[in-house]
Amino acid sequence: MKEVLDDIERWHAAGHRVAVARVVGTEGSSPRDPGATMAVNDAGEVAGSVSGGCVEGAVVQEALAILAGEKERGIVTFGFSDDEAFAVGLTCGGTIRLFVEPLDW
Amino acid sequence: MSRYEELRDALRAGEPVALATVIEGPNLGTKLLVRPDGRAEGSLGDENLDRVVARDARGELEAGLTSTRHYGAHGEARERDVSVFIESFALPPRMIIFGAVDFTAALAKVAKVLGYRVTVCDARAVFATVLRFPMADEVINDWPDRYLAKVGDELGPRDAICVLTHDHKFDVPAIAGAVKTDVGYLGAMGSRRTHEARRQRLRDAGLTEDEIERVMSPIGLDIGARTPEETAVAICAEVIGLRTGRRAQSLRDTAGPIH
Repeated sequence: MKEVLDDIERWHAAGHRVAVARVVGTEGSSPRDPGATMAVNDAGEVAGSVSGGCVEGAVVQEALAILAGEKERGIVTFGFSDDEAFAVGLTCGGTIRLFVEPLDW
Repeated sequence: MSRYEELRDALRAGEPVALATVIEGPNLGTKLLVRPDGRAEGSLGDENLDRVVARDARGELEAGLTSTRHYGAHGEARERDVSVFIESFALPPRMIIFGAVDFTAALAKVAKVLGYRVTVCDARAVFATVLRFPMADEVINDWPDRYLAKVGDELGPRDAICVLTHDHKFDVPAIAGAVKTDVGYLGAMGSRRTHEARRQRLRDAGLTEDEIERVMSPIGLDIGARTPEETAVAICAEVIGLRTGRRAQSLRDTAGPIH
């Protein structure tokens, strides 16, 4: 969270709305530990990261859908053996669980 | 102030804080911000749940851990109605380096990259200057044993002490003070021969064999390091390996999970 604060503050000052995605769980080999945070504003700008670059694109889409009111906050899972219909996964074969939510708190 | 603003201000002030978020179950997304003394701001929607989570978050924060925990709707153990993600923003681990030498500057730099709060301490005022160690968080001009008597109680398993003085006049009191602390890593520079001689001086200073065994010396992993910078990498790699309990080998030559 700390590493994205400056960007969030700048975006707030410019009147942007912001969503944050945080790693809340991992299984197997995964590049970032729980707590890794990525912030996305309503213009699609990004700060921070939650993986080695494997799932960031999909996370931006999730965050934008939440900011647009098309989706509710919640857990998103990315992984090798993932049944959910995401076409992305971690190249390292692990699974990560993200909690994605608007920064409305 | 919102939870976010409180979190932002704590992080910017360098104050430890834990943020608990309901990530599954009723009151999804609600937050509780917990301070080291157990004070909490916000609510997860249930008074009892708040109380239990505040207690757990305080423990996680003390240990510097981040994890997801499960509770009943009113904070009951062994139930899974609510999942709470508890993220600790603990103070960074500390590395205290005794001896203000060239190796110290390189080690301080690498330790900073790894997120340590670095203290350089040397009794010799001409060497222990901020000018020489601008990368350190603090430069202390004091005797190692006196300094450790002041701060030793605050040190824990995440912290490291490196004795680079290379002079028994300083490194014996530094090691004698360091073995009284709970630091996870204690290393001392010197050749095998120097350390053999030092072992006797440490015995003479009253240290037990167990205490002397805590000292990693010669310091660092066996990677053939020569320059101060290479030595700094060898030391920091050893610090990491001791923390994780691994025997350092090339990943290619081992099997099993890589993290």
